[in-house]
Amino acid sequence: MNSTERELLQLIEKNGRLETGTIAKLMGITEDETKQILVKLEKEKVILGYSAIIDWTKGTEDGAVTAMIDVKVTPKRGVGFDKVAERIYRFPEVKAVYLMSGVYDLSVSIEGKTMAEVGRFVSEKLSTIDSVISTTTHFILKKYKHDGLVFSDNDEDKRIVVSP
Amino acid sequence: MITEPTSKYLSNTVQSIQPSGIRRFFDLASSMENVISLGVGEPDFVTPWNVIEASYHSLEQGYTAYTANAGLFELRKEISRYMKRRFGVTYNAEDEMVVTVGASQAIDIALRAVLNPGEEVIVVEPSFVSYAPTVTLAGGVPVPVNTYSEDDFKLQPEQIEAAITDKTKVLMLCSPNNPTGTVLSKGDLERIAEVVEKHDLLVISDEIYAELTYDEPYTSFPAVKNMRDRTILISGFSKAFAMTGWRLGFACGPKAILQAMLKIHQYTMMCAPTMAQHAALEALVNGQRDVVKMKESYRQRRSLVIHALEEMGLSCHVPGGAFYVFPSIEKTGLSSEEFAEQLLMKEQVAVVPGSVFGESGEGHVRCSYATSVQKLEEAMRRIDRFLQTL
Repeated sequence: MNSTERELLQLIEKNGRLETGTIAKLMGITEDETKQILVKLEKEKVILGYSAIIDWTKGTEDGAVTAMIDVKVTPKRGVGFDKVAERIYRFPEVKAVYLMSGVYDLSVSIEGKTMAEVGRFVSEKLSTIDSVISTTTHFILKKYKHDGLVFSDNDEDKRIVVSP
Repeated sequence: MITEPTSKYLSNTVQSIQPSGIRRFFDLASSMENVISLGVGEPDFVTPWNVIEASYHSLEQGYTAYTANAGLFELRKEISRYMKRRFGVTYNAEDEMVVTVGASQAIDIALRAVLNPGEEVIVVEPSFVSYAPTVTLAGGVPVPVNTYSEDDFKLQPEQIEAAITDKTKVLMLCSPNNPTGTVLSKGDLERIAEVVEKHDLLVISDEIYAELTYDEPYTSFPAVKNMRDRTILISGFSKAFAMTGWRLGFACGPKAILQAMLKIHQYTMMCAPTMAQHAALEALVNGQRDVVKMKESYRQRRSLVIHALEEMGLSCHVPGGAFYVFPSIEKTGLSSEEFAEQLLMKEQVAVVPGSVFGESGEGHVRCSYATSVQKLEEAMRRIDRFLQTL
């Protein structure tokens, strides 16, 4: 990855909705070049997708429940943790799966409509997988910051209008 | 001029100074709604959290008393390391440095320490609005030397020579410059240094924007051959670390001068705010990564604004530093003040008329690009629309 590509990625990581015209001007390259780089990075799966960060607690009655589950597993010979991880991340309700260092192996993030729904998934799907030894479920009570964004940030400009 | 009866108590010096032309624009812009301001001379970032947190911690620990007059010794040691690391100049933390209330106070005590009544100070214009009045308040006489857009607002050594009289003592430099954003290269500075040496001048080098340069590696004036001992270096935390409201700057220079400045500082200021000094210490030790990040963002926005001005047909040199562009508005036929006022009234965009920065700023306006990309794009659209109506 060259420095132009890295700069572009850093810009859209902060704001995925930046228009290519704006990106081009910020970086001092042409709009065509910008598009070419984007297509290339999408093709190479460096850019996997574009999403929005949403505060679902605002303006919606049907809130969601998120849980983070510490999972201990027995790794499979030859494929290590990857096969078990795949068994887990294929479920659509699983939002994220990470292999961790420390006292447990996989960190699984799950979203459901209710606590009962998440509970059902853990007891019926997750803990019944062959290699899973144990699970510890933590429900998220409140989100303060997610992907670098503070949920209740006051980002108004506090500077005086004109200064020397 | 004030004509109330009590004005008879005012000193002649203070009465001779005009209030800054920026003030009028501030009042005008503050009274309006939906204004996008490109008139702000400070970063749009909030101070990095680790710096704020370090200041909290110092308060919790009860560091609420005075510090040494020259500033916390720990901080001065860090400043000394920082100057060496970043700019290749060495200053002794013990006696060649004073921590001040912003770079502004450092400029004030520097001028007061060296000027006798009537001695002349060359001020390179367009310049920061405080230089000339501060010279006057220190009993000196400011002598403006103009720079021009044809030279990308770079100071030409011949012009210094032309302005020198037997009363000339000090040359004030500011690179990167506010309002033009111009950066003097190593070669430019070496040519200026020759004149400085030939005429035995002292230089006050305001390098508050030194961290914010985008094209070439920065050269600090005291790093130029033979210049260290005839330079008072002024810098601070406001611009690079987004700490304007903390009011913390510093001056470095030869011992005899710095000790004289310290004398004024100890009698008139005592010391810079303690909590701000603790914050600055953290900024120097752990802040460089944030400086790089903020600088990168300014560089991108510079590119955006230069591009937009080009598209509108406003000619503008590409400024190497700070966060200002200084386009020419001469083709509109308006004075810089008329341009700024009409733009504000018609399109609610605030820029600063170049004339407030000195005679040679006329025909230009200062636009700060330290504001969000979204606002910058909207401001550029509005300026474009304004130009169409002329």
